[in-house]
Amino acid sequence: MTATELDTIAPQATGSPGGRPRSAAAAAKEGLSGRLASVIALVIAVLWTVPTFGLLVSSFRPEEDVKSNGWWNIFTDPAFTLKNYSDALNGGASGEGLSTNLINSIVITIPAVLIPISLATLAAYAFAWMDFRGRDVLFVAIFALQIVPIQVTLVPLLSLYVDPPFNLMPLAGRDAPAGGLYELWLSHTIFALPLAIYLLHNFMRQIPGELIESARVDGAAHVQIFSRIMLPLMMPAIAAFAIFQFLWVWNDLLVALVFSSPEVTPLTVQLVSLVGEKGQDWQLLASGAFISLAIPLVVFLTLQRYFVRGLLAGSVKG
Amino acid sequence: MSTSDKFVQMVIAVAIFYVVIGAILLLTQRLRSRAGERVQTAAFLGPSVLLICIGLLYPAIVTVWQSLHGASSFDPPWVGLDNYKKLFTDKQQLTVLRNTLLWVILTPIVSTGIGLVYAVLVDRIRFERIAKALMFLPIAISMVAASIIWKFVYAYRSGEADQIGLLNQILVWLHVDPYNFLLNDPWNTFFLIVILIWIQAGFAMTILSASIKAIPDDIVEAARLDGVGGWKMFRFITVPSIRPSLIVVLTTITIATLKVFDIVQTATGGNFNTSVLAYEFYRQNFIAGNQGIATAIAVVIFALVIPVVIYNIRQMRKLEAR
Repeated sequence: MTATELDTIAPQATGSPGGRPRSAAAAAKEGLSGRLASVIALVIAVLWTVPTFGLLVSSFRPEEDVKSNGWWNIFTDPAFTLKNYSDALNGGASGEGLSTNLINSIVITIPAVLIPISLATLAAYAFAWMDFRGRDVLFVAIFALQIVPIQVTLVPLLSLYVDPPFNLMPLAGRDAPAGGLYELWLSHTIFALPLAIYLLHNFMRQIPGELIESARVDGAAHVQIFSRIMLPLMMPAIAAFAIFQFLWVWNDLLVALVFSSPEVTPLTVQLVSLVGEKGQDWQLLASGAFISLAIPLVVFLTLQRYFVRGLLAGSVKG
Repeated sequence: MSTSDKFVQMVIAVAIFYVVIGAILLLTQRLRSRAGERVQTAAFLGPSVLLICIGLLYPAIVTVWQSLHGASSFDPPWVGLDNYKKLFTDKQQLTVLRNTLLWVILTPIVSTGIGLVYAVLVDRIRFERIAKALMFLPIAISMVAASIIWKFVYAYRSGEADQIGLLNQILVWLHVDPYNFLLNDPWNTFFLIVILIWIQAGFAMTILSASIKAIPDDIVEAARLDGVGGWKMFRFITVPSIRPSLIVVLTTITIATLKVFDIVQTATGGNFNTSVLAYEFYRQNFIAGNQGIATAIAVVIFALVIPVVIYNIRQMRKLEAR
């Protein structure tokens, strides 16, 4: 799947009202009387919005209210507080709050986006513009490895981290460097690579070959071509994949559950244990869930266009 | 570790990474000979290939090997295909398979159906942008947060107490007894599936909407001149025209569904007979300590994903060729 094709499949997240006056959809809609169609659309839209709205309202209601009646009572008996958010972030009366996990999520995510994308861009360049024996076979092999579910790799990978061969430093356990962060960065990097290489390679193949050839003839080394010509041209594609990888790492639960040490657990893991341990503290669950989805939501709303570009390709991952 | 420690560690890691990669590239770029070309290729490709071999290829092979062995992680005995036999005969595991089947059948069909209907209904209305964003939003949310959102919908209070879950309040307003949605097997699995449908419909809607907009005008006009309209237009023009996209969407959601873990973990913790393969993998390995079964489950997930992925890729190729 190449860049333009991704674009033609999913041009814009929210679409633009194109220039054409009629469409098959518009014609199909006529069958349903206009009003019925609107009602169905409205019902679906409400079904898709109300649950999130309920959570948002609940997160601002005082604890006693949240625990004694539903969020719709806000309309008859309005009462708001920010206490849930400060309790969730700082831990309130008991223990550590989500602020630590928020930091962890940020610290886990940034390298887990930067590193795989840099490596994949280099590898994609090699596959696209360097000649070597076995290139096609290797590329197909990496393409095929996309389909390996991460479950298949977790158990042996964990043993490698705990007890690496050749007396290498263990990346898991009490003496792990950086509190076990390397384990997470490395895992996310590995799981991202096949898809990232494949997609970036496709984007890269679209750049005219003469550009590379003439630079080669002028005596430019691959490193120069890569950094001076390729990188600037590739920026939109890299940005698209970066956003996707960001959301994937930020929202990940499985990799974090398996590999993160207690010191560096991200938001998702802490939220799940909140559900288990404090399942009745609804006000904490609501504010905690909103803290975790605030950043991806902002990313989504500001960078929607890029996000959709990576959407189709990206959802096959992991 | 304090907050600043963590950020320092992060900056160090990123710096080390870029310094090492930069050094390798700078050192190799001057090599001009034939062998030099090869060294440059290795510099570009080496790190990725190495990581993929160590982190994907090797573990996948080891997993298959371990799935033929017993429970303990220290020198486990060879048991042949016993783990697989257990997966397909044990009563508890059969429930897991039944649930997985329900997920895999219902999620793709229902979310694609809703996404398609919605895409058609909001096409070219005045608020199309906003209407689509509303359904698309859950994609940015983690499955953990989505499950918490839906816990607020499903929450159950017994007896005369005020309901705090919206769905049960609606039941009360309708003078029906409140119902514990997440407790009763097998219906609880259906209510968990709703959460994934809620997440995936936006994906289906976005892709299908784009491909509906790409249907050529002349086809639509020709059909209209022949007197085709409404339902028939949808059935005989719209759906056949976007068939390849429909298949890609269905298969993509199927793959995602086979790996669903977060929702079960957050909403029920795998209790009340709601476990699915991907959750059972986690439970068997990290809670029950039964590595043999866990790795066998991973292999089964792998085996189930392969045909769907191959079909998916072939359809995507067709889509590209058009």
